[in-house]
Amino acid sequence: MFGYYVELAVRSLRRSKALTALMILAVALGIGASITTLTVLHVLSGDPLPGRSASVFMPQMDPRDKERDDHPDELPTQVTWADGMNLLHAARARRQALMAAGSTPVQSDDLAIDPFIVPARYTTADFFAMFGVPFRYGQGWTAADDESRTRVAVIGAELNDRLFRGENSVGRTLHVDDVDLRVVGVLAPWRAVPHFYDLNSGNYSVGEEVYVPLGTARAAKLKRNGSIECWGNKSSDEANMETANCVWLQFWVQLDDPAAVASYRRFLDGYVHQQVALGRFERPAVSALPNVMQFLDQQRVVPSDVKLQVWLALGFFAVCLVNTVGLMLAKFMRRAGEVGVRRALGASRRSVFAQLLVEAAVIGLAGGIGGLGLAVLGLAMVRMQPGASAELAHLDLTMLGTTFVISIAAAIAAGLIPAWRTCRIAPALQLKSQ
Amino acid sequence: MQIRPILAALRRHKAGTILIALQIALTLAIVCNALFIVHERVERVRRTTGMNEANVIAVQNLYVGSPGTYLPLMKTDLQALRSMPGVEDAYVTNSFPLRRGGWSTTAQRNADDGKNGVQSALYFGDEHALATLGVKLIAGRNFTPGEITSFTRDQQPAPPQVIVTKAFADKMFPDGNALGKTVYYIKGRPSTIIGIVEKLTVPWIDTDFIDNVTIMPLLFDSSYQHFVLRTKPGQQDAVFKSVASTLYGVNRMRVLPEKNGVRTFGMVRSAAYEADRGMAVLMSIVCGVLLAITAAGIVGLSSFWVGQRRKQIGVRRALGARKSDILGYFMTENFLIALAGVVVGVILALGMNQWMLTQFEMQRLSFTYVLVGVVVLLGLGQAAVFAPALRASRVSPVEATRSV
Repeated sequence: MFGYYVELAVRSLRRSKALTALMILAVALGIGASITTLTVLHVLSGDPLPGRSASVFMPQMDPRDKERDDHPDELPTQVTWADGMNLLHAARARRQALMAAGSTPVQSDDLAIDPFIVPARYTTADFFAMFGVPFRYGQGWTAADDESRTRVAVIGAELNDRLFRGENSVGRTLHVDDVDLRVVGVLAPWRAVPHFYDLNSGNYSVGEEVYVPLGTARAAKLKRNGSIECWGNKSSDEANMETANCVWLQFWVQLDDPAAVASYRRFLDGYVHQQVALGRFERPAVSALPNVMQFLDQQRVVPSDVKLQVWLALGFFAVCLVNTVGLMLAKFMRRAGEVGVRRALGASRRSVFAQLLVEAAVIGLAGGIGGLGLAVLGLAMVRMQPGASAELAHLDLTMLGTTFVISIAAAIAAGLIPAWRTCRIAPALQLKSQ
Repeated sequence: MQIRPILAALRRHKAGTILIALQIALTLAIVCNALFIVHERVERVRRTTGMNEANVIAVQNLYVGSPGTYLPLMKTDLQALRSMPGVEDAYVTNSFPLRRGGWSTTAQRNADDGKNGVQSALYFGDEHALATLGVKLIAGRNFTPGEITSFTRDQQPAPPQVIVTKAFADKMFPDGNALGKTVYYIKGRPSTIIGIVEKLTVPWIDTDFIDNVTIMPLLFDSSYQHFVLRTKPGQQDAVFKSVASTLYGVNRMRVLPEKNGVRTFGMVRSAAYEADRGMAVLMSIVCGVLLAITAAGIVGLSSFWVGQRRKQIGVRRALGARKSDILGYFMTENFLIALAGVVVGVILALGMNQWMLTQFEMQRLSFTYVLVGVVVLLGLGQAAVFAPALRASRVSPVEATRSV
């Protein structure tokens, strides 16, 4: 019976090609726009550390002075060197890493290659294990390297391809600025989306290519960049950042279970109270410990334009659906005579309804497939846009399947009203007018 | 034209009527808001910087290595750039309008005030800055070569003389006459306003102090610099092509980033407003497609109604109705439906705008846009129904006698 309905539907759709094309086109445009914008939103609001993000936390406190009362309720997202080092050395979490952003010129042994700049991260040993960063060759450095400020580096896959043609470069020398570092590890391609551990370098900035122990980077005076917030009259010059009244480092910890989180919260709270008691902190003793997703939520990383586009696309889809319902209604009602005859010949209301619904589903399916094509096209267009976030817009399968099914369901739901209206036609009335 | 019979007829086509009205309402709500967003973005993109933007080239430069001071390198580079054929003027700075990265600070009127200052972007440059940017000095004077000093990362910028924009001067000294007055960029370090420029914007595009700029007679002794060049008219392309090799010719130990190393100001501008332009184009396309779909929907449903009522039309024609009466009937019918649609649509549009005000950075929808939207949709409805209505008016009175 189903096959027969499909055949009837296709035949009926063929009879008025323009109307059918219009309905399919409208559904396809609506679905295409919705899938495209939802995929972009999904990618940009995704989890940067799948499976880990719930156990990675950012300890926050307020070491600023009382002088300026800007954003009193917003805690800084960075820490001072003193606090960072205190928390790092307290080692109360399973893993912890203190870090800062840098940007450093790299020179190749090959003199034909001009020096070039790569984004760098100056951090401590746990960074790689805590964030689950994959290595292709070698491994990260140790906490001992952090303390002794060893001149070592981990490099990214792209830089390894560029400098060492993708070979195992562990043990080779990397020239950054005037400093030589020994490569101890090479990463497999890795990028956190969003760039959660340091949003100051851009919410969706690309991954770093050079990783150097924080102490080494400071000792070798590697070029630092990123956001600094300072207060008071103390000097904030580059050489004295360790003692300056500035927050400029990001600090993250890994806490694996609720008990660990609760105990770290107590520790952090105690630390802040102690600092207030010592007179180092002037503001009230407040602290916070958001995990990765909570932090991203607070920071509103997803661009509002992207959200606006999603709403626009959904509104657009709604109009397309209303349009399709109207056209379907017209189409079904035009066949009132035929429906009347079928009803008179014994077709039940239910089977007429089923047949019309199959017709709606065929339109929904055709529109869905068309919409998928449009979405692929739309995402390709998004990727062509400049900007760090644009290149991330790829279809992901679960996302694709879900939106596809939902949109076809919407199209079928849209077919319910006209199908219901049509199957309620009184057969006698239609037969009389024949 | 009698409205009552039309309403009576519509009552027999409730579903179709409601669907058309709903579609018009949704379309109106979306189109009004989308066009308003387009308007907002276009306004942003069209903002001027106060510069004479033609023939300006910006170069990003990072010196490799760590000498004690970068000043000699900077000066040699400047000399080389200024003596390039086709270059009219050049200076070195930390930032410029639309760069989307730079310095800002809060300036105070009193030496010991810590609060309630006026936010200002800081541009560093020498006596060539004004001419290179092409900004207009409306009061006071330019810097003299003797006033140019330098500072390093270890110091804070607070020179004795500054040039500020009129917007900043007016906010700092609302009673006017800012020239010669003292401002404090760093506590206890006075700077005198020696010149006022008509307009110059900050590096960022999303600030609430877009016109507040201070130019300081300083060279920032650092590895990261921006050279800004003004070329002679018609020489921009030639200079654009040769500037990198000129700099590398002076000294190889530098990086001009592969991306955005050398840019014309046109490139700087289009990069800064890329997202806004993209949004405006997207919104315009969506509006166009929505209107087209709505029009097509109206044509489809009206055609169906005309087909369904051929017999009644025939009867009316046989009873003496003229072609224009039939045409008028369908046009009026559509107008009534569309009117109901736009009434609901206006409410929806305002509601949607109200909601977007809370969710996104947006202004209140201007009523002109709602009005334009209403007129456009009523017009669209009339245009869409015209062809089916014309076909209806051509139905022959003979139809009345036929059974189908």
